[in-house]
Amino acid sequence: MSHEFFPRGRTAIAGVATHGIGEMPGHSAMELAAGAGLKAVADAGLRLDEVDGLFICLPDDLFAGLSFAEYLGLRPRLTENNRLGGASFMSHLATAALALDAGAIDVALIAYGSNQRSGGGKLSTPARSNAWEAPYKPLFPLSSYALAAARHMHQFGTTRAQMAEVAVAARAWANTNPEAFAKGPLSIEDCLASRMISSPISVRDCCLVTDGAAAIVMTRTDRARDLAQPLVPVLGAASATWWTAISQAPDITTTAAVESGRRAYAMAGVRADEIDVLQLYDAFTINTILFLEDLGFCPKGEGGAYVEGGRIAPGGALAVNTNGGGLSCCHPGMYGLMAITEAARQMRGQAANQIADAKLALAHGNGGTLSAQATVILGHADTV
Amino acid sequence: MGPEAQWRAALAEGRLLLQRGVASGRAFFPPRAFEPGTGHAVEWFEASGLGEVYSVTVIGRKPPEPAYHVALIALDEGPRLMSRVEGMAAEDVAIGLRVRARILAEDPPLLVFEPA
Repeated sequence: MSHEFFPRGRTAIAGVATHGIGEMPGHSAMELAAGAGLKAVADAGLRLDEVDGLFICLPDDLFAGLSFAEYLGLRPRLTENNRLGGASFMSHLATAALALDAGAIDVALIAYGSNQRSGGGKLSTPARSNAWEAPYKPLFPLSSYALAAARHMHQFGTTRAQMAEVAVAARAWANTNPEAFAKGPLSIEDCLASRMISSPISVRDCCLVTDGAAAIVMTRTDRARDLAQPLVPVLGAASATWWTAISQAPDITTTAAVESGRRAYAMAGVRADEIDVLQLYDAFTINTILFLEDLGFCPKGEGGAYVEGGRIAPGGALAVNTNGGGLSCCHPGMYGLMAITEAARQMRGQAANQIADAKLALAHGNGGTLSAQATVILGHADTV
Repeated sequence: MGPEAQWRAALAEGRLLLQRGVASGRAFFPPRAFEPGTGHAVEWFEASGLGEVYSVTVIGRKPPEPAYHVALIALDEGPRLMSRVEGMAAEDVAIGLRVRARILAEDPPLLVFEPA
């Protein structure tokens, strides 16, 4: 591929908010998303009427961009409704960076919200298996991830205990994050004894079902420097879409994170081994293992061994999902934006589990059934 | 009739069809009006119906409902699809198992596999 343009460091995350993480009975998805949006605008030290670019993807509203503009009472210059599943928000961020740098907009607001826990207690999504897969009744999307995990185990010897390491690490981070929904002790044995849903994925391999919302505000870096918060420059952001149905994966153990990661590193001018803190979309424990491999933290097939011995837990060699992730912090249907807010908080020095001297953060989103992948690299103010 | 309807009509007649690029010879599934990736012309051909289990997951249900499985089948011609293997316990369907296509006369007809 020829050199890919990205305005490295010329745009920044100026405002960040999470809202209603856990349970928010009696609130609609839009109320939660808009609530997060208003908090993020205030966090940046901006006024709502300065927002001229809206980016949103809601679980229950096909035309959420229109609803969002109406709810906020804005007439945005750019409305973006991209639906790449949980990778939507990294993709929104990439588009916002280009639009800000081009001068098409001045202030971008990216928001998400869901009431799936108090609204029914199941994953809230209009997405379904396609006509070629539905007759065989896979659990959507769970069985697709199970098929990837089963093949990874067959091909590389990955074990359920190694997958459990991911859940145990996430819980340990959550235990010291006041905002996290799932707290308390969790052992490898607890995970292995939990009910099997779609083998080899058991209950403890699955993300939470919570309510919650998040939002970020982006501006050009020259403006963000004068706003309320420490500067969080966007160094790279790339999104890749390879398929929708898991049966179409040429190699079910390798995701498009290989591509989104490679492109994001090239934009940012950094290598995997320079990243200080990672937020990986952990819808299931196998995701973290796949993404550590595909994003270059260990060779393909070695992700299971890599996470052993608490390596990605507090005190381990690599800080992964420092808020507790989708497995133990929150998972309101699509988690992507929560990975970005935690990465940005780490770069500001404001995270609940702050990693000392962290200068580079990676936030990775996953959409569909390992279908679309998007990687964002954020920097500390010192990196630009 | 579009390619998907043509494929389903053939299945109803007991035939498993696949498509390949006329120039590349590369087989693919599901059916399309042109070769994915190139847009080039395609042709139908009769599949051998043989393949192997590429991956499998067993889905538990509340007793007394039995567990069932979903498998990805790698056809010998190259394409992969989702299906299941009939005639054996869900827990016994293993990656690498050789299988042969079978068409269930349901409405609509359903492509499944059995041990080869």
